[in-house]
Amino acid sequence: MTVMEATARAGTPVVEAKGLGLTFRTNDGPVQALTDVSLTIGKGEFVSFIGPSGCGKTTFLRVIADLEKPTEGTISVNGMTPEQARESRAYGYVFQAAALFPWRTIDRNVALPLEIMGIPAAEQKARIRRVMDLVNLTGFENKYPWQLSGGMQQRASIARALAFDADLLLMDEPFGALDEIVRDHLNKQLLELWARTDKTICFVTHSIPEAVYLSTRIVVMSPRPGRVTDVIESTLPNERPLHIRETAEFLAIAHRVREGLHAGHSYED
Amino acid sequence: MDRARDRIVPVLAILAGLVVVWYIAAVLLNAPFQRDLDRRAGEAPDTVAFIAKTLSQPKPTMPAPHQVAANFFENTFLRKITSNRSLVYHAWVTLSSTLMGFAFGTALGVLIAVGIVHFTSLDRSLMPWLIASQTIPILAIAPMVIVVFAAIGVTGIIPKSLISTYLSFFPVAVGMVKGLRSPEITHLDLMHTYNASASQTFWKLRVPASTPFLFASMKVAVAASLVGAIVAELPTGAVAGIGAKLLSASYYSQTIDMWSALVAGSIVAALLVTLVGQIGRLVDRSMGARPA
Repeated sequence: MTVMEATARAGTPVVEAKGLGLTFRTNDGPVQALTDVSLTIGKGEFVSFIGPSGCGKTTFLRVIADLEKPTEGTISVNGMTPEQARESRAYGYVFQAAALFPWRTIDRNVALPLEIMGIPAAEQKARIRRVMDLVNLTGFENKYPWQLSGGMQQRASIARALAFDADLLLMDEPFGALDEIVRDHLNKQLLELWARTDKTICFVTHSIPEAVYLSTRIVVMSPRPGRVTDVIESTLPNERPLHIRETAEFLAIAHRVREGLHAGHSYED
Repeated sequence: MDRARDRIVPVLAILAGLVVVWYIAAVLLNAPFQRDLDRRAGEAPDTVAFIAKTLSQPKPTMPAPHQVAANFFENTFLRKITSNRSLVYHAWVTLSSTLMGFAFGTALGVLIAVGIVHFTSLDRSLMPWLIASQTIPILAIAPMVIVVFAAIGVTGIIPKSLISTYLSFFPVAVGMVKGLRSPEITHLDLMHTYNASASQTFWKLRVPASTPFLFASMKVAVAASLVGAIVAELPTGAVAGIGAKLLSASYYSQTIDMWSALVAGSIVAALLVTLVGQIGRLVDRSMGARPA
């Protein structure tokens, strides 16, 4: 698929934010986690949010997921409010930690959302088999989380988010705690998975290479107050072998992301 | 083998130390009375004979370990278990009321915890009363409970086990409040993203997360239940049970009987705590806990 097609399939908006703001009331006074964020994410896009801690990237993802309520502006998810979208199970959320239940085996963990959504047992089995295959965890169904490496645990949590067929995948630094070799591997697998499915992915990261390698669009954010400072369309092809990261085109985009981060004075202190 | 060495040897070392201290204490505490006896009998035994005598008095101030052991053995293994001199008989009477009170107490504690976790109003209103309830001396409450129930025609095991319930519900309630609140924020957020109902979150997340807390608090509760059952037998004129045995032995200054009843109580307590611990371990294992 070319970039043109990706943009074309990005026709229907999945997430639409207009003038979005969120101010937390804390004991030290109000903290502006997000100010004036206007952004449209189209169907099938892979959008990364990058910026230093406190820039509101996770908060924005949590607003989409209805885990936080915005204090200003509007946001719609699949044309609904985030709450309605959550109630219609419109998205799968992958947390920074794998957040698997330690008392459930991997397949029971993947089954958790299916149980909650009341999907029949036979259908559950078929779906578990499919998503376990999708994240290359076939054969580990009956293991407990502690028996798996960190990377495998995170893959299991991705399988869990995929199991109920939501079109939107929200990922909050899912590979942040993993070493670089594992992370490269999972990045590649994630791209393959995205190509095979028709998902829209919002991906929070603080790694420039990761953002550039994965995304069709990179949203650069900056803290105090949390805001969007730049939105970069990737010119990379959709077919991305790992060594694409050494090409001039890749480095040019990475450079622009870095510039964007500097422009936001994100490293001043 | 290693396990035996690592776990049993230290315990035995402490036990040996205690026995030595116990013998020394027995000699020291029984010596004045023995000197008195010798003076009246006009005897002047040498040191070894004197010590031997202090350790073989029929009603010593402090019975020696071997006296208690012999008495315990005799009253546990050599008597018919239906005899009211059998420690097995007394232990069973106390145990049955302990178990009943423990079952009530655990159920009540869990129920209170579920209420407290789900209703803020209960959290605010109930918790101070629970804590206050445990500051009242159980010895003051026990006779009143027995008398009040007897007045309405309820006697026997139920009022006795209620004393155990009174002592055992508290650790379970406190432990389970903590356990049911123990899920990580991420796990709760996850359930929220699935639009899970409160009862789904309760059964699929809060309950399994709380089981280690449940068993830890049940260990404390079962020991407290036993104390409750023994205390309930003391002031109420009970004729059977470890508490009754302690009381009647103390009436007749049968110190050796008292100590062997105490030993019986401790053994029952150790067995109960071990049993709850083992069940907890089995449950843990069946829930995929990493073997320690």
